[in-house]
Amino acid sequence: MKIGIPKEVHSGEKRVATTPIVAEQLIKLGFEVSIESGAGLESNFSDEAYKESGCSIRKNAKTLWKNADIVLKVRPPEIHPDFDRDETNLLSKDAHLISFIWPAQNNELMQKLAAKNATVLAMDSVPRLSRSQKLDALSSMANIAGYRAVIEAAQHFGRFFTGQITAAGKVPPAKVLVIGAGVAGLAAIGTAKSLGAIVRAFDTRPEVKEQIESMDAEFLMLELEEDGSGEGGYAKTMSKEFIDAEMALFARQAMEVDIIITTALIPGKAAPKLITEGMLESMKAGSVIVDLAAEQGGNCSLTEKNKVVVKHGVTLIGYTDLPSRLATQSSQLYATNLRHLLTELCPDKNGIIDVNMDDEVIRGTTVIKQGKITWPPPPIPVSATPAPQTEAPAVADVVNKAKPSIIPQPIKQLLPMLTIGVALFALGSVAPASFMSHFTVFVLACFIGYQVIWNVSASLHTPLMSVTNAISGIIIIGAVVQISAPGILITILSGLAILIAAINIAGGFLVTRRMLEMFRK
Amino acid sequence: MSQGLVIMSYVVASILFILSLSGLSNQETARRGNYYGMAGMAIAIFATILSDQVESYSILIIALTIGGFIGTKAALKVEMTQMPELVAIMHSLVGMAAVLVGYANFLDHSIGLEGVEKTIHEVEIYIGIFIGAVTFSGSVIAFGKLCGKLSGKPVLLPARHWLNLGLLILTIGLGSMFLTDAETGGGTIALLLMTLIALAFGVHMVMAIGGADMPVVVSMLNSYSGWAAAATGFMLSNDLLIVTGALVGSSGAILSYIMCRAMNRHFLSVIAGGFGSAGGEAATVEGDVSPIEIDETVQLILDAKNIMIIPGYGMAVAQAQHTVNEISKHLQAQGKTVGFGIHPVAGRMPGHMNVLLAEAKIPYDIVFEMDEINDDFPKVDVTIVIGANDIVNPSALDDPNSPIAGMPVLECWKSASTIVLKRSMAAGYAGVGNPLFVHENTRMLFGDANESLQAVLKALNNHSYE
Repeated sequence: MKIGIPKEVHSGEKRVATTPIVAEQLIKLGFEVSIESGAGLESNFSDEAYKESGCSIRKNAKTLWKNADIVLKVRPPEIHPDFDRDETNLLSKDAHLISFIWPAQNNELMQKLAAKNATVLAMDSVPRLSRSQKLDALSSMANIAGYRAVIEAAQHFGRFFTGQITAAGKVPPAKVLVIGAGVAGLAAIGTAKSLGAIVRAFDTRPEVKEQIESMDAEFLMLELEEDGSGEGGYAKTMSKEFIDAEMALFARQAMEVDIIITTALIPGKAAPKLITEGMLESMKAGSVIVDLAAEQGGNCSLTEKNKVVVKHGVTLIGYTDLPSRLATQSSQLYATNLRHLLTELCPDKNGIIDVNMDDEVIRGTTVIKQGKITWPPPPIPVSATPAPQTEAPAVADVVNKAKPSIIPQPIKQLLPMLTIGVALFALGSVAPASFMSHFTVFVLACFIGYQVIWNVSASLHTPLMSVTNAISGIIIIGAVVQISAPGILITILSGLAILIAAINIAGGFLVTRRMLEMFRK
Repeated sequence: MSQGLVIMSYVVASILFILSLSGLSNQETARRGNYYGMAGMAIAIFATILSDQVESYSILIIALTIGGFIGTKAALKVEMTQMPELVAIMHSLVGMAAVLVGYANFLDHSIGLEGVEKTIHEVEIYIGIFIGAVTFSGSVIAFGKLCGKLSGKPVLLPARHWLNLGLLILTIGLGSMFLTDAETGGGTIALLLMTLIALAFGVHMVMAIGGADMPVVVSMLNSYSGWAAAATGFMLSNDLLIVTGALVGSSGAILSYIMCRAMNRHFLSVIAGGFGSAGGEAATVEGDVSPIEIDETVQLILDAKNIMIIPGYGMAVAQAQHTVNEISKHLQAQGKTVGFGIHPVAGRMPGHMNVLLAEAKIPYDIVFEMDEINDDFPKVDVTIVIGANDIVNPSALDDPNSPIAGMPVLECWKSASTIVLKRSMAAGYAGVGNPLFVHENTRMLFGDANESLQAVLKALNNHSYE
């Protein structure tokens, strides 16, 4: 089948639905790929690069749309400025369209596409399953938006993110508050953190606490117990008490932090207003707010869509095209998402796609099948919450259940001491003085050994063993003093002992030396 | 040389030995420590030879020369991977020497002792020979197990505890027989019988201990060889022997204790043997193993910033330490952080891995002990486990029925990903299944550790030329 990639017509949109590298892979799947001339220019992919990877270049958008069985796009179809016609009209009958659609908001568009008898797959409707993560364009775009939000904030913020102590004085680190720790929020946390800022984050869903802390940011807790997890891993609307507590928290934080990045969205609803004008006033002059919810009305009441405004000395950034501002990166990720979807659709790699409605990923993504609107799909209840950990360590309980002892603990501890004491006194009462003097030496030597050995570094335990081995060859002394005693048998025994102990001494010291020579920094 | 001078030399030698051991507290002073030890030994031997007690020199010098020659040869030839075997066989030599000296002393009737002193002297001979014989046979068995001539599996005789107790009672019985006979100048038979029992005792004790407990056994025998020397010192009324023996004895005892603690086992239960044969049923390990190929391994390593390498006995077997060094140098040159995590009981003797890494010229300041790095694993991107198993087994922490339950382990599963180099899916020395291998972040690279690492190194080199 023929894939066509038109140039995006939405004003300011720089992304493109495929890159030369991905196009090559699509051709390998058996498709023919044609692209509108200049489609990749804004993302820094030239026509020549596409040509090299085997695409055909079409000068005219109309012929491109007409000849394509599958059209890959980023933005939903809209009025084409060159022809003054809706892009849906350019789509040939029975063709396939894969792009962002937002079926809930674009009812009219859906009707038009259905009238064209088209099959439409919406990249914003990919169900959230672990299997479908590789085609989840929302996540990959949100990731970019989160990164870019911090970069935009940095651009408008008058200070370093990281704290420094320089010859010209001390610089305090910037404090960043991220509200909403979805994919974009987490990406923002990671980016701000890597720039050196102190990052705090808030989310209504308690399960993301761990994720926030894993990024080394601080999770701001509310005293209130309420779980904000809704269906599909997204957030839901919270109770009034919760919202009051939440607003109080934001009001306190607003006075303290330098940068606020809000990403709070509830699917299908206007964005919740979280930052009031009062909070804005309380912020330090020069602070920055990046409102990632500007598309849905903004989390801050003063946000203006697609604009940067300064209110009460605070810069408010309301861009809705953050992924497009990082066009090369986002085109690359989006194109890869599309490629994964096409791979799912074309399991035989023969260039023919099969919209298999029994596959729950394809079913969820498909919003119009041959002119029939199939949106919304039947719900698949899934959540990003991991399954409750059943294999929580039970060790502590089990191990500590020691058998109750007959002898009470203090006596048990003293018992060895007492036994040794009694034994020593018993020995002392019979032993002659000469033995006792040797015994004194022995006990003292044991203690010296004890003190000295505890200081030995663990990495030197093998050399310790070989050197003690050599030293215990001191037994040679015993043999040497006996070798001159009368009796041939004694001489032989002593001679043998000397020979053996000499092996030990020479071997032990030399091998230790060899080992220690190897320990170098 | 006068007696006073000899004793003064002994004092100097004792001090030098103590300095020698305390020198081992860190790598910088360790070399000097070893030279102190050599000096002490030389002083002690010369003082003794020159003392009034020694009159015939020919046998002495011949024995010294031959022994010294053999020892030097062995020390220069031994491979670092064979250190445990060498140490074990040298322990047996000390034990043997103690037995020989004991017999020689027993046969020497020129020492005129009377009454209690004589009895004590005979007890000392008896005990000295007993410890020496146990050390000797135990070390020979340990040597056999370490170099693979004997199976590493514990050999458990029925009613082995009763057998040990019986042998002990028999030894004490023979001891009183020996003392009564020795009054009248006899006792040789009792002494020989006891020696045989002691030899059997040593064999039985080490046979019953499993391969994973080898570090404990080696350090325990080290301790015994010290006590044998100390007992000989009592027998000969020689303070230098007593001091040195006590130093070595307590050194070995502390090492055994450290090793036991590292395995969360009681010293007595190690000595009693039969590891892993008691207790409840351990959970079986279920799950899928994800194997990995060389190029994926290389990609993982190249993407990582913080790399931790955990060597185990498998690295020693495959002689892979030099390849490991090449890889670690290569990665460090690319600006990655490379560290080595050493479990106290990795390998077959205390500090075994450190010696191997040192042999490969891996600088010791990137080699860390378990306690130093265990908390850092969440920050590690890739952990490479080379031929280790039980020391990285998570069930030690979360499965109370596991035979290794409670043993501190290197918690490498907390790192972002773990690559395990392993020959096959066989269980470790402890015979325990390892849930790490089926962990979702774990990738298994099957094959001989050295060959796999060679391939990884080659791929890394190719990569840097591209």
